[in-house]
Amino acid sequence: MAATIDSNRTTKTRVPDRRQSLSVGKILFWMAVVAIAIFCLAPMLWQVLTSFKVNEDIAAVPNVYFPTRLTLNHYIELFSRRPFMRYILNSAIVSLISTIACLTIGSPAAYALARLRPFGGQIAQAAILLITLFPGILLLQGLLEIVQFFHLGNNYLALIIPYTAINLPLTILVMRSFFEQLPKDLEDAAKVDGYSIWQMLIQIVMPLTLPALVTTGILTFIFAWNEYIFALTFLTEESMKTIPVASAQIGGSSVFEIPYGPIAAATVIGTIPLVILVLFFQRQIVQGLTAGAVKG
Amino acid sequence: MSRLELKNLNKTFTPKVIPVKDISLSVEDGDVLSLLGPSGCGKSTILRMIAGLEQPTRGQVLIGDRDVTFKRPGDRNIAMVFQSYALYPHLNVRENLRAGLKLKKVPTDEIEKRIAEVSHILGLDDLMQRKPGQLSGGQRQRVAVGRALVRRSDVFLLDEPLSNLDALLREHVRADLKQIFSTQKAPVVYVTHDQTEAMTLSTQVAVLNNGYLQQLDAPERIYDRPANQFVAGFVGSPQMNLLTLPCQGNDALLGDCKLRLPDLPTVPPQIVFGVRPEHLHRAETDNAATLKGKVFLVENLGMHNLVSFKVPNAQGDPIVLRSLLPPELWLNRELAFTIPPDEIHWFDVESGDSLVRRS
Repeated sequence: MAATIDSNRTTKTRVPDRRQSLSVGKILFWMAVVAIAIFCLAPMLWQVLTSFKVNEDIAAVPNVYFPTRLTLNHYIELFSRRPFMRYILNSAIVSLISTIACLTIGSPAAYALARLRPFGGQIAQAAILLITLFPGILLLQGLLEIVQFFHLGNNYLALIIPYTAINLPLTILVMRSFFEQLPKDLEDAAKVDGYSIWQMLIQIVMPLTLPALVTTGILTFIFAWNEYIFALTFLTEESMKTIPVASAQIGGSSVFEIPYGPIAAATVIGTIPLVILVLFFQRQIVQGLTAGAVKG
Repeated sequence: MSRLELKNLNKTFTPKVIPVKDISLSVEDGDVLSLLGPSGCGKSTILRMIAGLEQPTRGQVLIGDRDVTFKRPGDRNIAMVFQSYALYPHLNVRENLRAGLKLKKVPTDEIEKRIAEVSHILGLDDLMQRKPGQLSGGQRQRVAVGRALVRRSDVFLLDEPLSNLDALLREHVRADLKQIFSTQKAPVVYVTHDQTEAMTLSTQVAVLNNGYLQQLDAPERIYDRPANQFVAGFVGSPQMNLLTLPCQGNDALLGDCKLRLPDLPTVPPQIVFGVRPEHLHRAETDNAATLKGKVFLVENLGMHNLVSFKVPNAQGDPIVLRSLLPPELWLNRELAFTIPPDEIHWFDVESGDSLVRRS
């Protein structure tokens, strides 16, 4: 009897011990999660909060971190004083077209590199990789000359073409590795079934590469959406400007006033489409990034 | 009426890599031809050339007297089952079965009729809405066979279709395949490296090695009358005993035992002797024609024991032979064997060709 009671007691004392050590680990884990989340999201959060603050709170010393008075004035101002819808449209046109161009040019190139193994394919691949190492800013001077030569200034093409070109290497490399891990038998089966090359690519290969297409497409889109230097240089007409340029050029009523509120509001509005895009395609992105990691 | 014929088929990748050197054969309606050989013998390349997935360097492929050598795979009216099954992962089973027919513009009610028929034979009715990822290995295999069957093609090609299944399932599917083959008339070409599959499934077996056809014959003749040393050694498990023996007069010398040579125009100095383990029986009486040896290794195969024994040899190292015997405690026993003369195979040392042409 005594022995059973003893053993009960020892198990009773042991169990809470283990729970406690577990909870310490859990606390540390969640602290780390929160720390990383704050580190990544704080600047964004600051912008969001600033965009809703009234002007006095923005300028107040000490800082008002969490505003009690909220206002939508900055947003209203943004759309009433400037053609901000127009900027969004400009960005959307440029980003969308360059993304589509990138995928339609890059995917067939990647497929050719992966499947047809052309003579010199290895060299072409190395060259593509080399281009990704090249800092884009160095191209600005040369591109400006080219844009002038072709009279492309203040034309969407002045952005669409360079964006497409800069993103092509990434597209080709990502898509090539994706195509390479697609089983070749699948394409052979399609050929035996009577698919022509294009039917096969569109009906069999494309649906399978959708995750990769979405992933690279979103990366391309984000780059084009956020690009600043080229957009600043090649498009000077007011109605052609993209969001990053327009946001940076928001000015106050005098030189001494920096309109923090509208700038923050512009940043938030410029980011929302990307957030929506990523959330919408989240599943495909995860699939695309982990494709080939586990045999499925 | 369709008939598959290959004429002097050759595939040269580089001057050093020639998987298929010179293959000519034909498969009639209702025939099941197995291409059997070790890995790298060119059997898969031959199949891919029949399918049109590889272009032959030389030679012709004819299906029902049409020359299809330069036709695209889709225009050859063939169906193929791949080793990896190659089902379209984004389509469900029904769509997988339907894909090829839709491209051929087969009328919808005809498509539905064929799918219903095939799914009944293969027991796919409950799986129609599933995607390949949700199927087990055996189910995927059945869908792959189904996809080929609905095509009602002129030629039916299978590339090691059972090699991804576990041993038990393989036996089941093998039996099922045999029944399916017998219900349809198109010639079947079946690639395998597994001799059991080749022997059980086919009406004709083509044994290949090094890009050359070694023997094309009915399964039992491949087994009983191997045309050369390679076929003799490759077909049959456990492997045939193959020994190079010196000749003396009209006999070959196997240790102390004298084996009568067949009628030959000239007696060569050496000859290759072959006898299957199952044909070496224990001798009832002890006489000069028996082979005596000491057992040094016993492998239990369940139904039989594979017994390896050494025969003393006056000319050199002891000769090792293997025999299939009923299970018993054989180890280290001295045994005497008789070799039935009808079961002995003789091969030329140089060419490896069989020296006995028995019909």
